Amino acid sequence: MNKKDITWAVLRIEGTNSEEESARCMRDVGVNAEIVHLKQLTGDDVIQSERRKLSDYDGLWIAGGFSAGDYIRAGAILAARMKSKLTPELKEFIKAGKPMLGICNGFQIMVELGVLPSMERKTPMTELPTAVLNLNDSGHYECRPSLLRHVNRGNCKFTGRIRGGEVRTVISSHAEGKFLMASEADYKRLADQDQIVFTYTDPDGSAAPKYPWSPNGAPHAIAGVCNPEGTVMGMMPHPERVFWRHGHPDWTRTGLDAGLGWDVGDGRAIFDSIVDYQTKKL
Amino acid sequence: MVKAHVTVHLKPGISDPEGNNTLKALQLLGFDGVVAAHTTRVWTIELATKSKDKAKEQVDAMCRRLLTNPVIHDYTIKVE
Repeated sequence: MNKKDITWAVLRIEGTNSEEESARCMRDVGVNAEIVHLKQLTGDDVIQSERRKLSDYDGLWIAGGFSAGDYIRAGAILAARMKSKLTPELKEFIKAGKPMLGICNGFQIMVELGVLPSMERKTPMTELPTAVLNLNDSGHYECRPSLLRHVNRGNCKFTGRIRGGEVRTVISSHAEGKFLMASEADYKRLADQDQIVFTYTDPDGSAAPKYPWSPNGAPHAIAGVCNPEGTVMGMMPHPERVFWRHGHPDWTRTGLDAGLGWDVGDGRAIFDSIVDYQTKKL
Repeated sequence: MVKAHVTVHLKPGISDPEGNNTLKALQLLGFDGVVAAHTTRVWTIELATKSKDKAKEQVDAMCRRLLTNPVIHDYTIKVE
């Protein structure tokens, strides 16, 4: 596909709050992005000219925020609304290899939806969740820069431009970010299938960082995972907030070029990478 | 009308920061005999049916599909 023919949907409902910068990121890497309300996709209370189908888009980004007030559990309400009306379309979307990204609340929604970690190949969605983003060990909201190590071995389509083992600064901003699975065997399978994308680390490079470098206490310090095909990724920290170097907390001390290019932040490579995948593979 | 009371609690071994912080605060306030505090969430759901069995079956499905996440939650249902 040509970049100009690629259009991403950035999904919002009441309570999402990162859709503007998310759409801006995709536009800045050269593709189109449209902010779409869930009702436009489900057809509820929407005029015909604003009606959209999931298949109109080449990528789906579930933006961060506090959708539906985070009632019941973070992401549970939006996931239930999507499941009730969009399950067949979502399955088709993922099966077609179209990328889907969930940041923060978007990750929580994708886990509640069952599209992540969804460990069986060619099974885009499980009926019930197989993981959860649980309350941080601190018991409250945490917001600070995190150091993320890229641990994926090449499966994830969102990190093609990031070297293995590389550490990048990305902003955490969540109260429910502790990625939990039911058993240690699940974590092992996740790692064996190359579905772990990012882990938290600290300035010493620890694989088991302590608070606050691990903002939530997740076992194995997991910050982001993908599906077995690598086309669906969710992560708790916000790469769109460090898309530009001027989003980094230390840019006034270290300058706007920290080695990645003028005003290029640590998060941008994720969006460049997925567009690389779309232009080459789809 | 049937009323169902759903109690959702964390499975054993799942960390409960709210419960732990409550425990600490209670001990700081001098409640020395308190050895544990656990958070639970209670939902009261009203159903337009006369059958308690049917109501329980429906609420059980609600628990599995929305009110709980099977990775961390157990639940009990009481109907009246």
